[in-house]
Amino acid sequence: MSGTVTHAMSGAGSAEATLGRQSTGELDVTHGVVLYLEDLTVSFDGFRALNRLSLSIDVGELRCVIGPNGAGKTTMMDVITGKTRPEAGRAFFGQTIDLTRLSEAEIAHAGIGRKFQKPTIFEHLTVFENLELAMKADKRVRTTLFARLAAAERDRIAETSRLIRLDAAAARVAGALSHGQKQWLEIGMLLVQEPKLLLLDEPVAGMSDEETERTAELILSLAGRHSVVVVEHDMAFIAKIARRVTVLHEGAVLAEGPLADVQNDPRVIEVYLGR
Amino acid sequence: MGPISSTITRLYGPRGWLALGAFAFVLFVIFPLLSLVVPAGNPLHISAYGVTLIGKIMCYAMVAVAMDLIWGYTGILSLGHGLFFALGGYGMGMYLMRQIGRDGQYKADMPDFMVFLDWKEFPWQWWNSDQFWWALMLVVLVPGLLAFVFGYFAFRSRVKGVYFSIITQALTYAAMLLFFRNNTGFGGNNGFTDFKRILGVSITTDGARIVLFVITGAALIGTLLLGRYIVTSRLGRVLTAIRDAEARVMFCGYNTVQYKLFIWTLSAVLCGIAGALYVPQVGIINPSEMSPANSIEIAIWVAVGGRGTLVGPIIGAGLVNGAKSVFTQLLPEYWLYVLGLLFILTTLFLPQGVVGLLARLKGRPA
Repeated sequence: MSGTVTHAMSGAGSAEATLGRQSTGELDVTHGVVLYLEDLTVSFDGFRALNRLSLSIDVGELRCVIGPNGAGKTTMMDVITGKTRPEAGRAFFGQTIDLTRLSEAEIAHAGIGRKFQKPTIFEHLTVFENLELAMKADKRVRTTLFARLAAAERDRIAETSRLIRLDAAAARVAGALSHGQKQWLEIGMLLVQEPKLLLLDEPVAGMSDEETERTAELILSLAGRHSVVVVEHDMAFIAKIARRVTVLHEGAVLAEGPLADVQNDPRVIEVYLGR
Repeated sequence: MGPISSTITRLYGPRGWLALGAFAFVLFVIFPLLSLVVPAGNPLHISAYGVTLIGKIMCYAMVAVAMDLIWGYTGILSLGHGLFFALGGYGMGMYLMRQIGRDGQYKADMPDFMVFLDWKEFPWQWWNSDQFWWALMLVVLVPGLLAFVFGYFAFRSRVKGVYFSIITQALTYAAMLLFFRNNTGFGGNNGFTDFKRILGVSITTDGARIVLFVITGAALIGTLLLGRYIVTSRLGRVLTAIRDAEARVMFCGYNTVQYKLFIWTLSAVLCGIAGALYVPQVGIINPSEMSPANSIEIAIWVAVGGRGTLVGPIIGAGLVNGAKSVFTQLLPEYWLYVLGLLFILTTLFLPQGVVGLLARLKGRPA
């Protein structure tokens, strides 16, 4: 546990310090930056998935990341969440937490939540149980064996299932949900985890127009309270939610700025339309 | 509701508890009465063979429940669980060998096989082996420690799926070869047999048999309730979640290595206890218990009964071993074909096993 004085973003930081072995120090965002990537490089069999990628996300920011297939969007998420280790470069969460040294579970505890491209939920558990497991709690083996749901936790799950419009389906097995509902459940699982940074990989893939609309509202309502990074192909969706957009190409940042500027950038047009 | 009564209702509903109570009544009251009180000529009498057979099957059923925790619920297929069973058996077997005293063939202070090998003193593995409490420690600690160390390296290295299964298979095979050697100090390919006493009491009397039988029954029910407690806890839901989407569990902030290690080690310890109860009843333990085929058979019991149901594997162990004892008397050479066919048919037509079939017949989805 770091002994230095840090300014946690919210009161939730102190609860983390009590998690003992899982503790990774508190999130320090004194300079207003929640995520800082510098010169990240990752290659697979000679193919450079990330090529000196640098990017920073501010506290409370909603950032969209776009780019053609193979631009490195998912690899970037893998590095941030500890699934892939970079060969070179740095990845910091706040000022002090070095993401390249932590395991997936430790990064989740530090406050980064991730939604996968393909909805990943626990198919054989109910909606309620999915949220129960994801909920912020002491997640060590012994406490989990004897855990009992407190009334406040029940309320929190109920509140989240209303937010993702699954309150009527709380007792249903998650595998029986529609594709869009699964996407929402996964977002709900992230929310009960109370992350400071949310990574959403293609959150509206396979959704109907109405579901997409609703998801856009949900994501916009999150910005400010959480920092959110959205990776998406659907430009209509991006247009609904985008404030600042980063374009990745061949593992590096090609352009960054407001959506309109980026769309008119000749290099971006070439990458998207040139081939 | 108090914590105890809420735990009771969490484990089983009224009908479940009633069924379990009836099962316990048969094991603890009816069976001893039919074996000890009803005279041998009466058709209701249960012979020593019958008591031993059912006692043996209950040991297998414990192993099946242990296997269900790791395979049915957590999705990790072990093909080496016979090893943990055998290690528990050897731990108890050493003590039983010491209890023979001077009643062996050579009338010596040491077990016959050591006299035969011309050993003058006990090797280090036999330290304290004349103490019953030490045997109990070995029964729990040896399978537990081996499983913990093996599991630590395997799970930390993220060895999964079929690779994990193959390594466990290799582990039990290697152990079998090791135990076949006389130098290992456990009686080589003959193993241990000719037991006479346990805690100074003759092991071959009807009374001793029934005591062992009742203890085994209690251990089986205890294993079932422990398993049920685990799978209905939040930890149990984490295990199911690991089976369905391990990456998501990690990104939820759970250290899945610790969870897998916990259930894997517990499963091994339960197998060790089952093995320790098996040896005094069956009267022999040798390295063939570690053969890969034995471990595969455990997986078949679970598949036939129904994975992820706890009760199913008990039924599966009973059905398969019941069929086995009939077949090996009538058509011994065909048993392996029957077993293979059973496994294929179950996989194709009864993915949820016998329990799933019963649920379907009742009109409920399994």
